[in-house]
Amino acid sequence: MTVALTGFNVAPQITKQFPDAVVEANDRAVVVKSGLLFKVAQYLKNTPGLAFDYLNHISAVDYYDYFELVYYLVSIEYNHSLVLKTRCDRNKPAVPSAVSLWRGADYQEREIYDLMGITFEGHPNLKRIALWAGYKGHPLRKDYLE
Amino acid sequence: MTLKTEPYVINIGPQHPSTHGVFRMRTTLDGEVVVDLEPIFGYLHRGIEKLAEERTYTGFIPLTDRLDYLSSMSNNLAYVLAVEKLARVLVPERAEYIRVIMAELQRVASHLIAVGSFLNDAGAFMTPIVYMIREREKILDLFEMVSGQRLTYNYMRVGGVSQDLPEEFLPALDNFLEQMPLYIDEYDQLLAENEILLARSKGVGVLNKETAVNVSAGGPVLRASGVKWDIRKADPYSIYDRFEFDIPTGTNGDCYDRYWVRVQEMRQSLRIIEQAKAQITSGPVRSEVPHLIRPPVGEAYGHIEAPKGELGFYLVSDNSIAPYRCHIRAPSLLNLTALRDMIKGWKVADLILIFGSIDICMGEIDR
Repeated sequence: MTVALTGFNVAPQITKQFPDAVVEANDRAVVVKSGLLFKVAQYLKNTPGLAFDYLNHISAVDYYDYFELVYYLVSIEYNHSLVLKTRCDRNKPAVPSAVSLWRGADYQEREIYDLMGITFEGHPNLKRIALWAGYKGHPLRKDYLE
Repeated sequence: MTLKTEPYVINIGPQHPSTHGVFRMRTTLDGEVVVDLEPIFGYLHRGIEKLAEERTYTGFIPLTDRLDYLSSMSNNLAYVLAVEKLARVLVPERAEYIRVIMAELQRVASHLIAVGSFLNDAGAFMTPIVYMIREREKILDLFEMVSGQRLTYNYMRVGGVSQDLPEEFLPALDNFLEQMPLYIDEYDQLLAENEILLARSKGVGVLNKETAVNVSAGGPVLRASGVKWDIRKADPYSIYDRFEFDIPTGTNGDCYDRYWVRVQEMRQSLRIIEQAKAQITSGPVRSEVPHLIRPPVGEAYGHIEAPKGELGFYLVSDNSIAPYRCHIRAPSLLNLTALRDMIKGWKVADLILIFGSIDICMGEIDR
């Protein structure tokens, strides 16, 4: 059975390394500041005992006031999982890209950029994936009108 | 005298018999050798994730059929599991067994097409795939008995399945379970040690273990590279903890291993179906669930080991009758990330074979 680590399990370790990174920790996820996302992700991937080597999926949710990005991380070695979240401003949505850590993020970040309109800084090839170049708007946003 | 050559760019697809749907590969070639490749897709984008936000929880089930249309039962199962997690719905025992039987039959059906079209791409034109379609038809007959459909079943419901097995189903399943192992033996005889297949696929398109994990590959692609990772064992859902089965893994991560893993998985699926058929109990097949489900505010991720890899639905609820957000973790999309690593340095003819060995379905990549 994959052990689902909660925010409470992991937040102290992250705080020890990056004192002001954790915004919120609950029984489902740990929410970190978007500026420190890459560093936290790198720490989670490379620390023995955590070793999140497998990025299961990335998802984005539009909450009107802000966007929430959901990273579902899995460690194949220890068979445990963690939900890592970050929030970004709706007016200037940008977060660091995770492609250099997990290449599985490549198409998923492009998809979120395409459909939700969030920019991933440092992505090697950030362009639309499902829709065509020149398409106006981002359909998965809640305020999108055709 | 040395010849000065320049790499040139050639498009394969979107309309091309080897691309298994509308898929385009922008390849850079040096002579016949592939130097670089960029997959281009989106031709089948229907906005299914957005459509989910306008439908009731039950009303979205038929749309899941249209993701990976070669394994609709698995898609149904992954989605209803996510909703059941979100709304905390319990499933009757008999329904769990029916679900397992359907999901494993679906795995066999999907692998038959995967292996058949892989051999087609290898140049064994039409003979193997016609054999395999013959067996797949028998599975479709079984599905038709329970759901009335042969491709988009819309069979599973939140809290169970839409209807009980008809009287003639179990005898027909017995019949199938008797014949199918013999057919798989036949494929092995024909193919497993076939010299041409070995020459074409052994050591071709190698994906090493580290890269397979790093690109989030799943299913047979990941296991062929030697990673023993199967959601049915790693995070058992439904009642998979009650069955005995092995996880076949490859050692080299080449095209042959991906073929071999799929054939072995068919045998394991038959083993699971045998056990499920022996253990199945009588009783209701659906728990009492309101027509309009209003899950409490929250989120849930339900995932299964689909034929092509891990299929998951991430659902967010705002306590209304429709999902606030529905994200689909499509295995084909992530397996496709590995294509570029497998392909570099191989010839165009191998490109077709390597691409076929990943077994993708455009329905779930583009969504």
